[in-house]
Amino acid sequence: MAEAHPVGFQWVMEAKRRGAKVFHVDPRFTRTSAVADEYLPIRAGTDIALLGGVVRYILDNELDFREYVLSYTNAATIVSEEFSDTEDGDGFFSGFDPETGTYVQDSWQYEGHEDSSGSGHTAQERDSAAGLTHESHGAPVGGQTRRDETLQHPRCVYQILKRHFARYTPEMVERVCGISQAQFLELARAWTANSGRDRTGMLIYSVGWTQHSVGVQYIRTGAIIQLLLGNMGRPGGGVMALRGHASIQGSTDIPTLFNLLPGYLPMPHHAEHPSFDEWVDSIRHPGQKGFWGNARSFAASLLKAYWGDAATPENDFCYGYLPRLTGDHGTYQQVLNMIDGKIKGYFLLGQNPAVGSAHGRAQRLGMANLDWLVVRDLFMIESATFWQNGPEVATGEIVPEECRTEVFFLPAASHVEKEGTFTQTQRLLQWREKAVEPPGDARSELWFFYHLGRKLREKLADSTLPRDRALLDLTWDYPTHGPHAEPSAEAVLREINGYDVATGRPLSGFAEARADGSTAIGCWIYSGVYADGVNQAARRKSRHEQDWVAAEWGWAWPANRRILYNRASADPDGNPWSERKRYVWWDAEKAEWTGYDVPDFEKTKPPSYRPPVGASGPEGIAGDDPFVMQGDGKGWLYAPSGVLDGPLPTHYEPVESPVRNPLYGQQANPTRKMYAHPVNSVNPSPPQEHAQVFPYVFTVSRLTEHHTAGAMSRTVSPLAELQPEMFVEVSPALAGEVGLTHLGWAHLVSGRAVIEAKVLVTDRLTPLRVDGRIIHQVWLPYHFGFEGLVTGDSANDLFGISLDPNVLIQESKVGTCDVRPGRRPTGPALLDLVADYQRRAGIVPGQHAPAVTTDNEGKEHGAS
Amino acid sequence: MFRGSLAWEGVSGLGLRTFIEGWPVYRQLTGTDPLGRGAAAKSDGSRALTARTEDADSVARSVCPYCAVGCGQRVFVKDGQVSQIEGDPDSPISRGRLCPKGSASKSLVTSPLRQTTVRYRRPYSTQWEDLELDTALDMIADRILAAREQTWEDVDTQGRPLNRTLGISSLGGATLDNEENYLIKKLFTAMGALQIENQARI
Ligand code: SF4
Repeated sequence: MAEAHPVGFQWVMEAKRRGAKVFHVDPRFTRTSAVADEYLPIRAGTDIALLGGVVRYILDNELDFREYVLSYTNAATIVSEEFSDTEDGDGFFSGFDPETGTYVQDSWQYEGHEDSSGSGHTAQERDSAAGLTHESHGAPVGGQTRRDETLQHPRCVYQILKRHFARYTPEMVERVCGISQAQFLELARAWTANSGRDRTGMLIYSVGWTQHSVGVQYIRTGAIIQLLLGNMGRPGGGVMALRGHASIQGSTDIPTLFNLLPGYLPMPHHAEHPSFDEWVDSIRHPGQKGFWGNARSFAASLLKAYWGDAATPENDFCYGYLPRLTGDHGTYQQVLNMIDGKIKGYFLLGQNPAVGSAHGRAQRLGMANLDWLVVRDLFMIESATFWQNGPEVATGEIVPEECRTEVFFLPAASHVEKEGTFTQTQRLLQWREKAVEPPGDARSELWFFYHLGRKLREKLADSTLPRDRALLDLTWDYPTHGPHAEPSAEAVLREINGYDVATGRPLSGFAEARADGSTAIGCWIYSGVYADGVNQAARRKSRHEQDWVAAEWGWAWPANRRILYNRASADPDGNPWSERKRYVWWDAEKAEWTGYDVPDFEKTKPPSYRPPVGASGPEGIAGDDPFVMQGDGKGWLYAPSGVLDGPLPTHYEPVESPVRNPLYGQQANPTRKMYAHPVNSVNPSPPQEHAQVFPYVFTVSRLTEHHTAGAMSRTVSPLAELQPEMFVEVSPALAGEVGLTHLGWAHLVSGRAVIEAKVLVTDRLTPLRVDGRIIHQVWLPYHFGFEGLVTGDSANDLFGISLDPNVLIQESKVGTCDVRPGRRPTGPALLDLVADYQRRAGIVPGQHAPAVTTDNEGKEHGAS
Repeated sequence: MFRGSLAWEGVSGLGLRTFIEGWPVYRQLTGTDPLGRGAAAKSDGSRALTARTEDADSVARSVCPYCAVGCGQRVFVKDGQVSQIEGDPDSPISRGRLCPKGSASKSLVTSPLRQTTVRYRRPYSTQWEDLELDTALDMIADRILAAREQTWEDVDTQGRPLNRTLGISSLGGATLDNEENYLIKKLFTAMGALQIENQARI
């Protein structure tokens, strides 16, 4: 965190000054470790084993915050008797379909809900990264559940959890993660001791958790701990995702993502959502409790914002205009389709996949096989010049005279040359004022897309084709100003906020959304950001002039709420858990919820409220159900649906690992998304043969002085000067083993690529003892490429493409490689070296090992 | 800091008292700046300097463009150019601080490496050419329409609507404004292009 989010880290230091104990778990000793109380080196890709160990520690010692757990989580809920656990299935839950490599979830459901709307086959959900649609709300589950408040029923969630993690002992943590039992116990003790009525603990993660084939389950494990300890919905608690780009949260909420529409409405699927009603019901889940019950109003209001007068209740608000998914259309599938010649044109909008995405060679070969490419950036990035300067030109794989891709480079406006909002990592929108005009031809994306749309509509004005109606009926009349006819960002923000169609009055929040076409809302979760016609995101009341919640600085979605589910900061009766952790509470006199934050609860629903039998939607939420977006109002220790690779997290080895899974016969996540394409390959892992060809583990991360793929830092002289060269960090032991010298050169080889780097021999990397042997890990920054003031080989070239099944994010925080002294070969000799490694490792391009591990030895392992 | 001969000239010209008061250490011990990091450390030379933030024509309240912490920035403008970018002390997130990247924001936006004109590479060409912005926009619009024409899918094999093209892709959005992402998604959706992705997928 000190490296990648330095200014956010000041608050960790502030907490430390006030007595908090800081633990840093990382494969590499960083600037965060240097100021932490405890540094725990971990084998990359084993966090579920570590966190699972903490879960077991809590349950075994009964250290959970029992009152919180009983009232606010699904610990007491009884699960179907058809469910069977990975502990009984050697790494598989019940319902696995080997044909598709995905689960049928019926048996995971709560008792009596086996055929509830969320259950069923998940193959299609995997392809559409359906896990992402749960970012703002829970997955479907019926409202009425059977519970055992004594937590003794063998099939209640609490007991299932206990059995599931029983083998995640301190010994097992040591064996899997390489963390000593003493260090593990210190972490577990401190975490549990610092949670309860008076205290809260916080969990912070970044892409070190998400970029794994089990990334979503890492976060699930963290969430289980935080729920058990009562650390959710309370000040100083939570699971904090530190995201990597200025508005990556915003571009998820208002998604430039294939499977989502604004506000986490799913992009319709051709078979699942043929009609508007079926689409809405798939979001709303009739009969379910919670606020998602209003989905019809949000959906109708979005279509109304898109298609204005043309969108009427009679024509289902032009639902028919929306393009339909048929499967996986994610960025990695797209790149493989580019290589196969299926894609004509590609836009790059401030992203540099030639350096920043996994398998750089596949990215560049894909871009070299387009009809046209539009690059919009501040600088001439690698993704614009691959045809001229890329490594494949050196190897002869791309010949400029034979490369057909037509490239348009359009300069973009910087953050000071346009106005608009970023949504930072805590859901906070902050408006930026424009300082200066952009230079030359540089323009904002707002300008580019508005005028591109204008031109397209002009060119199609006379079209009678049905497919052009969606463009021609689009509301696209934003006011413009200035010499370049810049569209008004405030007008767009107003549309995002939503307005009353008849009067144009900006809505005050999503409670005003209607399903009859009388409201238009561009992104329902952002509704309120333009309440009263005031740009709430532009508020800048100084921190010196308001309390520590700082509710008048910017605007947070939803409803300017700073902590989600904050009803949980009060006890079931509505009183603060303690004076020290007072945040939101029930004011019995005024008969309303009040506090420092906007209560995440219906303002006048008393703690004693119990829903009538059969109630659904918001009415079904009881006065002590804080998790108002969940179908049962509870925090989920166990996820009966919504997570495709299991209702509970399970330790699987990374897709590429030198270690046999010590816990189960199943080696890696059996539901991971794999691509059998000639350009893609996976290095062998045990129990496959030849795993020793790639004996070392490598991981990548950021440097403080660089940013992502380097386009905004390797081009900036002070930053380039501070970190001028690509390097690899190795331990003294590994340097000795391989024959590397400090400040000399090394090259690293995977089944995809070979890259070179300067060697930094350092104690920051610790050889780990894992399952009786020493595992060496090396670390690389992933910022370098072949353009800019400082250049170097790209670490992401080493990775292949294997994805988490829930969100289709690639495993690019861990892989295996070989490390050799000296510089890499150049030209065709480089390809020969990779081919030689592939041959020795038994890699056949276009084939991958089966998802289900098959070896008899593995079975013994699992049972031991 | 030892100021050498200048100070001695002071002795002969202005007397002992002025000479002693000219010592930074004296001012530090007797004045309002006991840490010697402000007024006490000033020299005649530095006294004459003004901060770029003081003579700015205007100040824009902004946000750092790098990571998602969202540190507040103040962008100082002089003669239509960015003259300085500093942390915003009012921000409850950053309390005026910026990390090395945020502090380098001025160098980012004023970098001589920035491309400010449209560049165009023809198929099979070995070099870039210039192109007018409006011509480029027009050419891109034509190519979008051609790609839709070639790859449009009205219905699936069972006659269910698809309304889409898989011939167009887009990547990026996490460095852009919400308003921009909104228009990007809206326009691509209306043209039937659904292969829209950004950094959140990686
Ligand atoms: S100044 Fe540094 S920590 Fe703050 S937003 Fe910018 S990059 Fe992130």
